[in-house]
Amino acid sequence: MRESTTLQQPCETPAGRIAKYAGGLVACALTTLIAVALLPWLDLANLVMLFLLNVVLVALRLGRGPSVLAAFVSVAAFDFFCVPPRMTFAVSDAQYLLTFAIMLAVGLITGQLTAGLRYQARVAAHREARAQALYEFARELSSLLETERVVETAAGQIGRTFQAQVLVLLPDASNRVGPAGADTKPPALDVAAAQAAYERGDGAGKGADTAPPDPWRYVPLRAPMRTRGVLAVRPQASHSALAPEQQRHLETFAALTAIALERVHYVKVAQAVLVRMESERLRNSLLAALSHDLRTPVTALIGLAESLALMPTPVRDVQAETAQAIVDQARRMSQLIDNLLEMARLQSGEVHLRRDWQSIEEVVGSALRFARPALSGRRVEVALQPDLPLVEFDAVLIERVVCNLLENAGKHTEPGSSVRVSARLRDAALEVCVADDGPGVPPGQEDAVFEKFVRVDSASSTPGVGLGLAISRAIVEAHGGRIGVARGAAAGAQFCFTLPLGNPPPVPNEQDLPPGAATPARVER
Amino acid sequence: MSTPRRVAVVVEDEQPIRRFVRTALESEGWSVHEARTLREGLHEAGARKPDLVVLDLGLPDGTGIDFIRGFRAWSPAPVIVLSARSDEIDKIEALDAGADDYLTKPFGVGELLARVRATERRRAGVSAEARFRFGDIEVDASRRVVRKRDDVVHLTPIEYRLLMLFIANHGKVITHGQILRELWGPAYMEHGHYVRVHMGHLRQKLEDDPGQPAHLLTETGVGYRLVDET
Repeated sequence: MRESTTLQQPCETPAGRIAKYAGGLVACALTTLIAVALLPWLDLANLVMLFLLNVVLVALRLGRGPSVLAAFVSVAAFDFFCVPPRMTFAVSDAQYLLTFAIMLAVGLITGQLTAGLRYQARVAAHREARAQALYEFARELSSLLETERVVETAAGQIGRTFQAQVLVLLPDASNRVGPAGADTKPPALDVAAAQAAYERGDGAGKGADTAPPDPWRYVPLRAPMRTRGVLAVRPQASHSALAPEQQRHLETFAALTAIALERVHYVKVAQAVLVRMESERLRNSLLAALSHDLRTPVTALIGLAESLALMPTPVRDVQAETAQAIVDQARRMSQLIDNLLEMARLQSGEVHLRRDWQSIEEVVGSALRFARPALSGRRVEVALQPDLPLVEFDAVLIERVVCNLLENAGKHTEPGSSVRVSARLRDAALEVCVADDGPGVPPGQEDAVFEKFVRVDSASSTPGVGLGLAISRAIVEAHGGRIGVARGAAAGAQFCFTLPLGNPPPVPNEQDLPPGAATPARVER
Repeated sequence: MSTPRRVAVVVEDEQPIRRFVRTALESEGWSVHEARTLREGLHEAGARKPDLVVLDLGLPDGTGIDFIRGFRAWSPAPVIVLSARSDEIDKIEALDAGADDYLTKPFGVGELLARVRATERRRAGVSAEARFRFGDIEVDASRRVVRKRDDVVHLTPIEYRLLMLFIANHGKVITHGQILRELWGPAYMEHGHYVRVHMGHLRQKLEDDPGQPAHLLTETGVGYRLVDET
């Protein structure tokens, strides 16, 4: 099988050619001997057939050149040994000249035809061997699932088929090609030329037009999606360049290799996606379980501490205070758990936004209600630009952002200070700001405050682990907006975030109801 | 013993939570029965014919939604659902299935009892009243007149119907879906922005500070609630 796939053309050495012609002569000599021996019993016309048979056989076995030689030699031998007067080229009867002419013509024609037939048979066998080799190669590649094995198989098979040294060069992460798996650079391999072939996507090196004297030939491995690498081939018989037919053949092998490499690549991609989906699912169920398991004891703690006050024998003041302290701490712990879980969820990569066309006024209103305990004693001012359009966002998450900013303002200001929430349109975006008149963010820390677990005044007793702003940034950025902090108008900090505006869907208008007028029975449209 | 003891069933798999819910309800004169699973809960509800159900959504043998559907088939008694903060979809589903209200874990005894009282008041009957007051707003349903501090407020038909929907369910959360179905019909379930726009107008006309509403509260991600006291 391996021998049959060897497609290197048989070498026509001068010695081999001479041997063939000599063989032709020997065949003629033998035919002449037989003809002379049969001369007493056979007509000359029948002997001519013998010579013609010889020419056909020579053409069949030895090819076109020897058959031409055999045709001429046969005519000469027939004349010399068989046609009277024998042992001389002289001819007694002029009609033999015609015999010679026809004999020569028939010999030449049949010789030509036979030799052509032989050549075609050889080409067919050759083609079949080539198809067989490609088939075997494709079959072998199709069962492979690793790049290393594809490279190994391709190098081995192509090397045997073309009797050449073969290397597969694959691109690395930075798209530089290099020998796959090999630690040592083979001699005279021009990596720059290979790189050029890889980038250009057509052949370079031996046999190509751009060739400097380089024993290697570089065939790019072009697959449907992209070039997957370069095939470097160095024929062992270094003098022989590859014939055009062989070049095409080599390119077919290269294409098969490229397709196999691409297939293996996509197998890897599919596997990676599967693994990611699986781990995503795992993480979500883990977070859900964690969230449930952490919240349950906190809920119980708050409820049980509060229910102390409902006991049949009323508790004393100091006990009530302790119970309230437990409740406060449990609520803080609950907030911390919420933040940690939220951060874990946002960090896990895929933030699932439940976007809808929302009113920022509503969200600010409910955030203020949530943050009321944190803002107790502060003057809260709300300044929303009138007639703000609806904006598409996840209301729960944006409420969380506003709430975090408000609680942050509460944390860093004393009771009696003021907090201002504002919203307005600015550069095709909705900008929401929370400003306070506290100490503000130290210069140079404007970015750091949005990092996880970063607290600007780490020495202060202000509670918190610095997750709120990091969560806020993750949420705003998931919406395609930006968040930042600046010095407030007077003093303090001003946190602003933006949300990109869209085209809110229309809401049908309706006529105002006159005072006291009856509502129409049905207003459905 | 002038009034019979009101009966409550608490369906919750966590013993400490059951315990303080029981303590809280008993302090208000409820007779409390506990159940740990969905099956036990349905059994207990069938046996006790409760006037109130406090239901955890995450039960070991199924979701509380299934309980609500089963229970609603034969009882109109209020159901208050206990749920985690980030599960807005579960809350909506529970409300749409027929739950009356929800509490987000962690919740305190005060919040629990306030919700219970609100459902009680609602059951006492609002529909009979032609006049309804909240804050400085007065609604005269028989004449279809809305006044704020004695000034007549001009409402569009949709705003008026929206307001009446809140009054009929005052204290209770109404989901966006319920509002859309009620006012525009089931074909408009995806038009949440209608509700937001009209709610904004209603707040502009009725609230002193629409940015910090005192009565028409937003339950973000779920719906709205009308409260009379802040």
